[in-house]
Amino acid sequence: MQPKTYSIFSGHGSKSGIERAAEVIFTICGFFAVLAVASISLYMLISGTPALFKVGILDILFGSTWMPTAASPSFGILYVILTSIIGTAMAILIGVPVGVMTAVFLAEVAPPKLTKIVRPAVELLAGIPSVIYGLLGILVLNPLMYKLELKIFAGSTTHQFTGGANLISAVLVLSLMILPTVINISETALRSVPQHLRSASLALGGTQIQTIFHVVIPAAKSGIVTAVVLGTGRAIGEAMAISLVSGSSVNIPLPFNSVRFLTTAIVSEMSYSSGLHKQVLFTIGLILFAFIMIINISLNNILKKGDAQHD
Amino acid sequence: MKKNYIKTLAITGLTILAMSSLAGCAGKTAETKASDTATTAGSKTDTTAAESTTAKGAASGDLKGSISMVGSTSMEKFATALSEVFMEKNPSVTVQAEFVGSGAGIEAVGNGSADIGNSSRNLKDEEKAKGINENIVAIDGIAVVTDTKNTVGNLTKDQLISVYGGTVNNWKDLGGSDQPIVVIGRESGSGTRTAFEELLKLEDKCKYSNELDSTGAVMAKVASTPGSIGYVSLDVLDDTVKTFKLENTEPTPENIKAGSYFLSRPFVMATKGEISAQNDMVKALFDFIYSDEGKELVKSVGLIPAN
Repeated sequence: MQPKTYSIFSGHGSKSGIERAAEVIFTICGFFAVLAVASISLYMLISGTPALFKVGILDILFGSTWMPTAASPSFGILYVILTSIIGTAMAILIGVPVGVMTAVFLAEVAPPKLTKIVRPAVELLAGIPSVIYGLLGILVLNPLMYKLELKIFAGSTTHQFTGGANLISAVLVLSLMILPTVINISETALRSVPQHLRSASLALGGTQIQTIFHVVIPAAKSGIVTAVVLGTGRAIGEAMAISLVSGSSVNIPLPFNSVRFLTTAIVSEMSYSSGLHKQVLFTIGLILFAFIMIINISLNNILKKGDAQHD
Repeated sequence: MKKNYIKTLAITGLTILAMSSLAGCAGKTAETKASDTATTAGSKTDTTAAESTTAKGAASGDLKGSISMVGSTSMEKFATALSEVFMEKNPSVTVQAEFVGSGAGIEAVGNGSADIGNSSRNLKDEEKAKGINENIVAIDGIAVVTDTKNTVGNLTKDQLISVYGGTVNNWKDLGGSDQPIVVIGRESGSGTRTAFEELLKLEDKCKYSNELDSTGAVMAKVASTPGSIGYVSLDVLDDTVKTFKLENTEPTPENIKAGSYFLSRPFVMATKGEISAQNDMVKALFDFIYSDEGKELVKSVGLIPAN
């Protein structure tokens, strides 16, 4: 076999052409994302702000009656905003401890055989479409909730029965949906904690549980916070699943009330709305957009701080 | 060694390519056959459709101009569908539809500023006295449904109003078992909700526990929730839910046409004077509405044809 020889000089012209072309293609692709984000932001601002001024910022943000099609319509979305905030917060309160514990289990405690079963299950959970969560919610969770509701409010004349479509159902579905995000990111963070920290703690006589809670988790703090923030983003932006289980009436976000989230407010009324009603729906979109922007910016800050600490 | 490796790779690659292309061909032939038959079937119906249009076109001649239509917002879906299909059949006619409310529509046709006044209620006697003709083109009916295990089978208008107004919240007050009522409705902006609330005079006073965004969702929720009540358009009723009699009347098209089922309303396209006294374009429009094709259109937007 004769060894083939290559020359780095041959075909110089065509090579530089390819280099340049590739560079141009990469630049276009890079700017495509920028263009998309910029145009979406601009579009949301243009279509969301007029209603804010037509109805009045305070009337929209702090009004509590939502009657978009009445003869004298009112567009108060205070309860909708509160529902999104409280619902997301409760989903985080339930989902994060479970998620972080699962991550600890996967990264620290579990024997390799069990990890092989749990990890694919978590990854599958991440791949399930949100409408499936919603369907399970409406078919399994809502009837269970209705039984609970009937027991708790038996004989009550003031409570409006919702058939199990309430804030708790939505929160449970949401906390299940954020689990994969929280687990995967926390696990990566826990695994990246240097082994010598664990060894030092164990050598000083700490038990494994003491080591996990006093050494490993504090060391992985910034990664876990990232997981929480990303989970919040997922929860606040979810629409399909909770539109099926939350009942979608505008009410004060109490556990057994039927509630409407920012996302479901847009989804449920966009199809038949017109005029000012439609503009207000865009305003709701703008508020949701602002929430998600805030979450992303705070995430960036956390990541930057984390980097600074490591340096 | 390396060369051999590449050779085998190339050969396997080629085989795979050849096989897949063969398979692809086989798939394609089957597809073409299927699509062929589909096109023949399609073209057959096309020709018949074309024949019928030419027949009608000959009758109405080459129409040119515009029809103005003013009136009910509830009729928007129907009027838009109608004008789209009509303009497709008569390309040089434009139908302009405005949706400002039934009263305004009848007024507009009365003073001659519109050819057709859309109204989602019957005309009043003083309106008829002005020479406005009530042409009922379709009937909108709404059924009230509950889960199949509910023992209540009949509701009066007052009972229905008290349930949706929130003053009654247990079936035992309506002669049923001791079970709370789960009030299910549609989202604001929905035509069914607007009609339902207008007919019960409960505009924006309904106390819903669930506002779902499609008829299918209402059916599913009612079927799966004991003690629920919901409203849907007539065309989607099936065995998964129990349909209420209202004032002892079943929601059948016959009862609705006879006027004994109260949760229904006529869709009127009022004209000044008889239809026969209108211009050719308006006549052609009404001919279309009352034709078989027009009746299909009426059914496709969830309404009952008038005749």
